[in-house]
Amino acid sequence: MDEGSRPKVVLVTGVARELAGRVVRRLADDPSIDRVLGVDLVPPKHPMGRGEYVRADVRSPLLARLITQARVDTVVHMGVIATPRDAGGRVVQKDINVLGTMQLMAACQKSAGVRRVVVKSTAGVYGSSPKDPAVFTEEMTAKRLPRSGFPHDSMEAESYVRGLSRRRPDIGITMLRMANVIGPSISTVLTDYFRMPVLPVPFGQQGRLQFLHEDDAVAAAVHATTGPVAGTVNIAGDGALSLGQAIALSRRPWVPVLPGAAGLSLWATKQLGWAALPSDHMDFLSFGRVIDTQRMRKELGFAPAYTSRGAFESFLAARSAHDRPEQQPMEDVT
Amino acid sequence: MIEQDASQGAPDLSQLSETDLEQAVLLLIKGLRAAGAAAGLAGDELDESVARTLAFLRRRISGDYTIDEFGYDADFTEHVAMPLLRPLYRSWFRVEVRGIENIPAEGGGLVVANHSGTIAVDSVMTQLAVHDETPGRRSLRMLGADLVFGSPVVGPVARKTGSTLATSADAQRLLDEGHLVGVWPEGFKGVGKLYKDRYRLQRFGRGGFVAAALRAEVPIIPCSIVGAEEMAPMLANAAPLARLLGIPYFPITATFPWLGPLGLVPLPSKWLIEFGTPIRTDDRGEGAADDPAVVFEISDRVRETIQHTLYDLLRDRRSVFF
Repeated sequence: MDEGSRPKVVLVTGVARELAGRVVRRLADDPSIDRVLGVDLVPPKHPMGRGEYVRADVRSPLLARLITQARVDTVVHMGVIATPRDAGGRVVQKDINVLGTMQLMAACQKSAGVRRVVVKSTAGVYGSSPKDPAVFTEEMTAKRLPRSGFPHDSMEAESYVRGLSRRRPDIGITMLRMANVIGPSISTVLTDYFRMPVLPVPFGQQGRLQFLHEDDAVAAAVHATTGPVAGTVNIAGDGALSLGQAIALSRRPWVPVLPGAAGLSLWATKQLGWAALPSDHMDFLSFGRVIDTQRMRKELGFAPAYTSRGAFESFLAARSAHDRPEQQPMEDVT
Repeated sequence: MIEQDASQGAPDLSQLSETDLEQAVLLLIKGLRAAGAAAGLAGDELDESVARTLAFLRRRISGDYTIDEFGYDADFTEHVAMPLLRPLYRSWFRVEVRGIENIPAEGGGLVVANHSGTIAVDSVMTQLAVHDETPGRRSLRMLGADLVFGSPVVGPVARKTGSTLATSADAQRLLDEGHLVGVWPEGFKGVGKLYKDRYRLQRFGRGGFVAAALRAEVPIIPCSIVGAEEMAPMLANAAPLARLLGIPYFPITATFPWLGPLGLVPLPSKWLIEFGTPIRTDDRGEGAADDPAVVFEISDRVRETIQHTLYDLLRDRRSVFF
């Protein structure tokens, strides 16, 4: 790769959160990068190494000034939020995801210095339905598009990224459509689900689930920042698990949920304080999705360290280590 | 005091549950041995089959098996689905297979067959024929309607046993990966036709399967199935009821729905499955898959071949049941 396109000043959004924070740390370790700026509304609790925290809202026009003043050449947008809980409610979540991406892409478009943009998106944009092909490549769109929640936010966010690529073809854009990220430290809808004491399972359905280990998610974002520009790329661990297999591996009891009672079961898990699952969660468990990762290997040149199953087992190992003290409260007394 | 009680109670509890589990396993082994003995197994053969069943159960309970990206579960297909269907294949329908040498020993291939029989058992019988009769025990991956994959229980079982959605994307992917793919282009028009229209091929659609074979440059193997039409002769179609239930057709046969679930038992018709001479698709040049003239020509040829083979097989057959 030629020296001109190597990132010198990188701006990362959403750094108060686990994955983005780790991306900042990894980029700060790279001596060829002069400055790494981490932007978020809340200061990160984790160390960022050489990375500098800047308190700013991605939704504000202030960001465009920051990009110009700091001579940012590479923007890594990790500030999309998958669960309403992390954002402080669904309205705020949608605001940050959609308006945040819109403002950030507008800032990139106006800036003369930005050469490269990396955006974290989700395989959720492909939806989950029985009417779609078994394996999605990047060119495909779902027959039944996601109508609400985080997948819908991501579709709108992606449209702003496409808008930028049309208006500024000179900027190299890599958009990572990640499979469900899972691992020992990350908390998502799916980790909340598999941490519940009893798992509600759609009756007679077994979706195909594909996972991406959190370490691989970080490595993929770092690779996309410093490696080749690849456009829209699916990112996932090899192989897939069926829902039944995942439940067997998780060794949790489960109850079948009849069609039509999905809403009731989600309400019940929320009332019990177990997990706040989105309305499309049962569809995801029923039909799942698998994404094709040939472009990830060939054009991005990235190979994940964990398979889908390996990533899931890594999460399970951490879960049981975490659960043990709760299950034996008597030991604390003696 | 309370602490002591608790610390003493805990190991007792775990011992209790362990012996219970052991007893349950021993009971299961006894049951399996009895079932095996009843099926006429003895000695080492019996031990081996009991051990195999236990190993299978262990894999299923612990989740220690692999599915591919389409959801195909070879462990389940070969150890549950096929053994369950084999008695139907061997003793009930007494399937006779011809032209198995036309199935390529390796690499991609597209098996195109006629669809009939009110309930689509012909697809699984063809899958079993391909698996049991080919030297390499090839697995046939089938293309099905989206209705199948949306249905509870049926959908996951279909995926586990090697079916996937009948779209060009899935067909293409399977063929490119060197799988043997089975397609029934008549779809519901074929299975849901009346008895008076038996062995009359329905429309073959737009020939999407031909385009997929052309792109992957794999041979098309026409397959003609005789016998399925007589296993549940459909006398009428209660179309309003079907519309109400959101299904493509509602069959009225001599026994269904009159006898309830018992009416689903198929008649023991004698089956013949013939695999015809493969039709090459790798000699049509670039862009043939996008040329409707080429696609329709091949599609028509496949259809004609199946139709004529059906007439020949019917002439060969001594009676419907023998």
